[in-house]
Amino acid sequence: MKVAVCAKQIPDQANPAKLDPLNRTLDRSDRLILDEADSYGVEVALRLVEQAGGGDVTLVSMAPRGETGGLRTALAMGAAGALLVSDDDLGGSDALGTAKVLAAAIRSISPSPDLVLTATESTDGYTGTVPAQLAELLDLPSITFAKRIELEGGGTSIRVWRQTESGHDELCCTLPALVSVTAGVVEPRYPSYRAIVAAKAKPITQLSLAELGISPDAVGAAGARQVVTGVVAAEARQGGEVIVDSGDAHERIADLLQQLKVI
Amino acid sequence: MTLLDRVWVAAESATGGPSSATLELVSGARGLGKVVELFTWGDEATVASSADVLGGYGVTRVYSVGDIGPALPGPRVASGMAGLIWAGDSPDVVLVGATYDGRDVAGRLSAKLDRPTITNVVGLAEAEGPRLVAEHAIFGGAQSATSQFTGPGPGIFVVRDKTFEARPTEVSGVPVSVVPVEVAELGRTSAAQVVSRHVETQEGPKLDEATVVVSGGRGLGSPERYALVEELAALLHGAPGATRAIVDAGWVAYSHQVGQTGKTVRPTVYIACGISGATQHMVGMKGARHVIAINTDRDAPIFGIADLGVVGDCGVVLPRLIESLRARG
Repeated sequence: MKVAVCAKQIPDQANPAKLDPLNRTLDRSDRLILDEADSYGVEVALRLVEQAGGGDVTLVSMAPRGETGGLRTALAMGAAGALLVSDDDLGGSDALGTAKVLAAAIRSISPSPDLVLTATESTDGYTGTVPAQLAELLDLPSITFAKRIELEGGGTSIRVWRQTESGHDELCCTLPALVSVTAGVVEPRYPSYRAIVAAKAKPITQLSLAELGISPDAVGAAGARQVVTGVVAAEARQGGEVIVDSGDAHERIADLLQQLKVI
Repeated sequence: MTLLDRVWVAAESATGGPSSATLELVSGARGLGKVVELFTWGDEATVASSADVLGGYGVTRVYSVGDIGPALPGPRVASGMAGLIWAGDSPDVVLVGATYDGRDVAGRLSAKLDRPTITNVVGLAEAEGPRLVAEHAIFGGAQSATSQFTGPGPGIFVVRDKTFEARPTEVSGVPVSVVPVEVAELGRTSAAQVVSRHVETQEGPKLDEATVVVSGGRGLGSPERYALVEELAALLHGAPGATRAIVDAGWVAYSHQVGQTGKTVRPTVYIACGISGATQHMVGMKGARHVIAINTDRDAPIFGIADLGVVGDCGVVLPRLIESLRARG
């Protein structure tokens, strides 16, 4: 079974994200790491390949400056190789531009993958529209917000537990398909030192827009066809009194709840 | 201010009448366009009864792609919309809820039409053109940006819940026409089939409708202590909520998550237990009228927005609070 996993490389969220003051798109000048949201997809993919008894996991990523830091982490987890699309014309790409690039990269994988996995949304941009855009561009069925995926029919179809407003749905889908995986559904494996060293030798194929046959106008800031007209700090809420519990703080809370007439 | 000519709203969940998310969106759309039309799915009787309700909210036409059976709505609704738009019958904008199925509709429509989306929208206003300016939270709500589309329409906006208030119109008895929409062959895209639905039974009010929400975070210390959060919520006739951190850690189900990825809540009182106040969480609860926070860390950002902050251990304060409330009856 061949699985392609979209893996975004993002600035470390321990350092607060910021906008580029010039063009008001995400500043991506810091070193990039694997988006934690994608580590679940990588883990799910590795387990499915193990369950299928063969195959491999290919990572697909779009990042500036040929960044590979996040991809190396996922390769150390067990992915076989990666496709990295890096091109100066991609700066300022929106969700649809990103989906076009990822779709073209996935189309270049031969033989084509049985399953494409994504996160439900990235941690830094979180538009949450890339999975469905990507599925549409690849002419694939999609099941978004999956909590669990199992192979069925000797690896020809999948059963997916999908999060809903009121619980979950169980769905069946023949392959190939695209599934977006919610965070926290599996424990991503922690690569061993040996695996980290071995990952350095795994292939990362870098692709340009020209190699994918994508016009620079269709992606990047030009392709986004939207403009940020203003950015302001979100309205701050005023904090009130802060007390240190010395055994009677619960009475203060109860008093306030009574005053607010919720008891 | 110039109104747009025509706004489409994608329905959310077609069973049991229009959802609150749908009524919010059509109410908001009324302030933006002269004509508000809804795109939905379902059997004839269901669509007809929904249309009656929607008429009271200013919708004049309901397009239906028909009964979708066990399929997911995304591919069919997006295809129905794209079909009309390609035939020259296009709205100025399409509003879609930032929900599970809504994102599917928005994403597929965007790719079909080659039109961008603006997501996480929390406000929409008219600008010159006429065009819409969207307000959307970035960096988990730490900053707020305004954006506009610069290319040809229709613009696709993915709108967070609670952005608009559901308000019926004052005029009544306006007829709503139901228009069936032919959908082109969907091919592979509609291969996913729902085989069973599981509704998690939930006692008490719904999280996004409760007047009191009691939420727990990593600072509770252990998954067992979430029972205290549930107990306090039940006592206050409220709903228990959670941060992404403890949902990801598997302490509670995703349906409890409040924040950027989860639900937006606007209760009268929000009680944050062991929650530090990451922006990802705050964006989902900062609309609460009153906030009470309990946390061991005096420097936790949640105290910056709390009406009453208690520096203390939830494992100690919560049992005492529950006991005290019981005593007060």
